Amino acid sequence: MNVTDLAARANKLRQHIIQMTCAASSGHPGGSLSAADIIAVLYFHQLNHRPQEPNWPERDRFVMSKGHAAPVLYAALAETGYFPVDYLKTLRRVDSALQGHIDMLSVPGIEMSTGSLGQGLSTANGMALAARLDRKSWRVYCLLGDGECQEGQVWEAAMTAAHYKLDNLTAIVDHNKFQIDGCLEDIKDPRPFADKWRAFGWNVLTCNGHDFKALISALDKAGKTKGKPSVIIADTIKGKGVSFMEANPLDYHGKAPSAEEEKRALGELCRLPGPGQ
Amino acid sequence: MRSEATRDAYGRVLAELGKENPNIVVLDADLSVSTKTCIFAKAFPDRFFDMGIAEQDMIGTAAGLAAAGKIAFASTFAVFATGRAWDQIRMSVAYTRLNVKIAATHAGITTGEDGASHQANEDIAIMRALPNMTVVVPADALETEKVIRAAVAHYGPMYIRLSRPKVPVVTEGINYDFKIGQGAVLRDGRDATVIACGLMVGKALEAAALLERTGLSVRVVDLHTIKPLDQELIVRCAEETGAIVTAEEHSILGGLGGAVAETLVENAVVPMLRVGLHDVFGESGTPDELLAKYDLTPESIAAAVTAVVKRKK
Repeated sequence: MNVTDLAARANKLRQHIIQMTCAASSGHPGGSLSAADIIAVLYFHQLNHRPQEPNWPERDRFVMSKGHAAPVLYAALAETGYFPVDYLKTLRRVDSALQGHIDMLSVPGIEMSTGSLGQGLSTANGMALAARLDRKSWRVYCLLGDGECQEGQVWEAAMTAAHYKLDNLTAIVDHNKFQIDGCLEDIKDPRPFADKWRAFGWNVLTCNGHDFKALISALDKAGKTKGKPSVIIADTIKGKGVSFMEANPLDYHGKAPSAEEEKRALGELCRLPGPGQ
Repeated sequence: MRSEATRDAYGRVLAELGKENPNIVVLDADLSVSTKTCIFAKAFPDRFFDMGIAEQDMIGTAAGLAAAGKIAFASTFAVFATGRAWDQIRMSVAYTRLNVKIAATHAGITTGEDGASHQANEDIAIMRALPNMTVVVPADALETEKVIRAAVAHYGPMYIRLSRPKVPVVTEGINYDFKIGQGAVLRDGRDATVIACGLMVGKALEAAALLERTGLSVRVVDLHTIKPLDQELIVRCAEETGAIVTAEEHSILGGLGGAVAETLVENAVVPMLRVGLHDVFGESGTPDELLAKYDLTPESIAAAVTAVVKRKK
């Protein structure tokens, strides 16, 4: 898929994020929007998967460790055909499979339940170890939040992946600079990321997390790296694509847009389909 | 009667099962020599992962291996497995209903000399509170072998509570069908029932022998599975013997005694007493000294039985 098509897909994911969280009157639009381009590249370009056969044994595995960004993952799963797009509007409703934080048992295509932060990378490591034991060529991808890197388990898992030389694993940090209580440097700065991950034995790549070519190139380099796991520090903007959310990221970490805000956001997104705008 | 630690039986059987089932993988958190997973590690180095001193990561990694189709056994001391990694067990194992077996050793006060920091006396309570979790506490080495084999055959999250010291193999020679979720009547009696788990099953059998000399006929139930709970058996024992004593090497809050009390109060109210740790931390000492100091003895069980029998109408 070319960059223009990916941009259109990512834009569609953003529209879903706005509509879903508005309909649910709750959810996490900010960190979903920051990850939308990364998720678009993974689901429409990178991952070897079969939406009509979610349990296909040879599929690549994606673990969304930042489980609160559920809306962007649900949007990608619906747009790739795991379930009807119309179902997205049931987000967070009682009896819906679309739980507030992702649940692998209720939604096809989800590899691991998350929500309590810091746990996804360990599970991704386990999958990568299993692939190696079974001599399988599928890869494992794991998306983490930048604030999530304050969790100690992330660094336990970072040690594990490097110790076991998991070169069939690519982690991506959605570096959107904000967490619920404020910006990273004001709360407890987990950076510098590149130095830390490198010191933990990882191949570190950095790129603009809204630049499709850069993301694809980083994923390619990660895939070709042997003997160590790779992490892509993706520089992103919280609330990306919606001007008033970008301007006030703290207001939209865990708060849904109102009906009026939804209208404004969709107006902007429908007008501006391209990347980096 | 021969004696063997349940952790030794675990290590031995796990290595045997590793031969039979190439899908079994084992993780440990730097305690493989103590948990006895070192036997499996030596036999199957490719399928053994030492996660270092990182219990949370160990549980998450086990969940990932299970998600990719493996049967993952994760072992460390019970206090670290269940306490340090409780949220990981909740989120990545129980909520996901993945095939992870948390086989934790050094449970209870008989961890001994290491002291309170290393003695898990709350683990049954916090594991039993988790949906989808099966909780099993084998009475001795022989029953441990059955539990580990059953764990491999049973899909889903399971907590298996093992201990450090050698204990008499009390189930040897007693004929009963072992089935997860089904308690076993090891000795029949009319006047009261002692429901026990783990090494307290042996103490309960000794208590029943002591009480026989005083004219009391005591039934002993080995309730190796705390969850799912064999409520039918508990209610039947209450109705047939009219008094219940529970015995566990664990806090009386929320463990075996708590589970049995919940069942009785809703189904068959009879006089009941709980033998166990009374809301206290342990301390350093030999296992036998600590069992005596904290009233986890045949004599304590016998005294409790005598007391509940007096309360029967």
